Amino acid sequence: MTQFLQQMVNGVVLGAMYGLIALGYTMVYGIIQLINFAHGEIFMVGAFAGLFTYARLPPSLQANPLVALPLVMLTAVVVSVGTSLMTERLAYRPLRRASRLAPLITAIGISIALQEAVRLFYPLPNGQLGAKSPVSFPRLVSGANLELGPVTVARVSLFVVVVAVGLMLALQAFVRTTRTGKAMRATAQDPDTARLMGIDTDRIIVVTFAIGAALAAVAGVMQGMRFVQVDFRIGFIAGLKAFTAAVLGGIGNITGAVLGGFVLGIVEVMATQYVPRGSQWKDVWAFVVLIAVLVFRPSGLLGERVAARA
Amino acid sequence: MQPSRFWRYPALVVVVAMLLAACGRDAEEGPTGGGDNDGEPLKTVKIGVVAPLSGGLSALGAGIKNSVDLAIRQANEENKVKGWKIELAAEDDTAKAEVGAQVATKLASDSAVAGVVGTLNSSVALQVQPILARENIVMVSPANTGVELTQGTDPNNKKRQFDNYFRVSTTDDVQGPFAANFATQDLNAKNVVTIHDKKTYGQGLVAAFTGQLTKNGGKVVAAETINPGDQDFAAVLTKIKPLNPDLIYYGGEYPEAQLLTSQAKAQGIKAPLMGGDGIYDKTYIETAKEAAEGDYCTSVGAPTEDLDSAAEFVDSYQAAGFKEDFAAYGAYAYDAANVIINAMAKVLPDAQAITPDLRKKIVDEVEKTSFDGATGKVAFDEFGDTTTKVLTVYKVTNQEWKAAKTDEFK
Repeated sequence: MTQFLQQMVNGVVLGAMYGLIALGYTMVYGIIQLINFAHGEIFMVGAFAGLFTYARLPPSLQANPLVALPLVMLTAVVVSVGTSLMTERLAYRPLRRASRLAPLITAIGISIALQEAVRLFYPLPNGQLGAKSPVSFPRLVSGANLELGPVTVARVSLFVVVVAVGLMLALQAFVRTTRTGKAMRATAQDPDTARLMGIDTDRIIVVTFAIGAALAAVAGVMQGMRFVQVDFRIGFIAGLKAFTAAVLGGIGNITGAVLGGFVLGIVEVMATQYVPRGSQWKDVWAFVVLIAVLVFRPSGLLGERVAARA
Repeated sequence: MQPSRFWRYPALVVVVAMLLAACGRDAEEGPTGGGDNDGEPLKTVKIGVVAPLSGGLSALGAGIKNSVDLAIRQANEENKVKGWKIELAAEDDTAKAEVGAQVATKLASDSAVAGVVGTLNSSVALQVQPILARENIVMVSPANTGVELTQGTDPNNKKRQFDNYFRVSTTDDVQGPFAANFATQDLNAKNVVTIHDKKTYGQGLVAAFTGQLTKNGGKVVAAETINPGDQDFAAVLTKIKPLNPDLIYYGGEYPEAQLLTSQAKAQGIKAPLMGGDGIYDKTYIETAKEAAEGDYCTSVGAPTEDLDSAAEFVDSYQAAGFKEDFAAYGAYAYDAANVIINAMAKVLPDAQAITPDLRKKIVDEVEKTSFDGATGKVAFDEFGDTTTKVLTVYKVTNQEWKAAKTDEFK
């Protein structure tokens, strides 16, 4: 029983991370039917931007997590949002009327470009350029592990879950209650009619990209905090998993992305524990679940059937 | 023209320029000292290096590349290969087999290449061997430990795979059992958990270790795997914690091992982690910090600092002012480069160009190699494996890898 509970905790932490990144994929797809393959790299860029800030703080501030953490998060968000908006403006917007394939390939190109940019040009603390091997990241939330009954939870893992769930709830509230949120839902439903209703769809698309990027940036910093290192390749792996989570939950559906994230995280972890030689096959099981869901519910767990656009 | 269509042409120019620039990007050719050839212009011959120069293993790759560079510089200064100037053609395989195949093809199609030092990863070597073998280019690895590279996959029917492939490092069928004997005799480990990263090297090492451990009476209570590139090992560690192992034996490299050991200790698992030469790097200790204390690893050969023959190499390396450390395989790469240089010195002086015939002659000369290098005696057996089977166990003591036991494996 202890094993089950502990693995559940592991799964929830993993799932929270996947969910945060999956939200970016799902929102952008919901609004402009583009799978933003560069989103994983936005996550990675956020992590490195946070690291860059931390490395340049004076040691007195570095040692104070109450100051360092918000500063690191803030810079990560600013840089990620900036990068994402730039890609939207320069690469995706001109291609909005083009065939569906063009922005997809562009997204892959941007993903490669961002990876290489960090690999070749990130200024390391020792003065060299280029983050060719993993770079150390500060823990920021340190302290002893928490013992909650039979399970052990690392402080930073608890922080991750609290922040992730908090942000997801905030996003739900935003989309449900505010005017911009309503405009986002309208644009996702039917952009032409939304425009007829007086919604500035271009602005809404920008807002969508920005929110997705901000969530990914926070996830990036938290990833760095959990593993005390970041690497230019973490975006690729995380992006793949998060995209799977978004599809699993129903791409275009915000609650679905969160649900998909947690389901994916828990399946991976449970497969490792309970399937014989499970750790070898954990990714296989994650995709088996994805395929099974899609066979019975082609639009994902919570996805709605998308009406064909005229 | 409308303004928005006008930008197509400058954009096209920019894209073409970037493509052309990218084509020449990867190869790094080092400037090397020139020798004088009594007034005649020196002909150029290249020694290639295939190693991970970026990514998690770049510390090891950089050490290899720099050590080969050092050997080439020294050879050029002493005019070892008369009438020829040696150049370095270093390629980055990013520790991936597909990339290794691409850069090997690039080197194989370069007619000036007479030999290649590489690779680091056994999985990459499997792809590179046949490509270089087609052009008969000699390949000397400073670090491959996968047994099948020289002896094939059937231990009862050993067959040499490629006549042009040699290695100066010992194989995993020696390293694994050596570690198992240490675990049984010196660490009294009865219950062991093995983990590997499913790559050629890690998998083979764990298999060899398991075989010997079981012979010694030990027991593998769990055999788990992880993916290279993984960072989150919570699930697999939670699974093995209740088994209370005496030792965790890891087959793989340090980027994953350093995180595995930090997370294991954070979860309260007391057992030390033991690995092979893939984790023998100071990055492992720098990242895992206190969690690494008490961990073990094995590496081929005696510690570089202990060999007299190595002292010269260490001094020259430091004098040359490279940015990176020579790392675990620097001395081996230096010896590997000298194996090729010595063979070239015998074959090339009267030649005009590098012909396939000449490359074959270089391979034959390498076969007969016998000298004392930075890592000890350098000579090859009938499979292309090194005849020296010395290994060392290192332990992390006070945040440094300290040699715990050096022995010759019988």
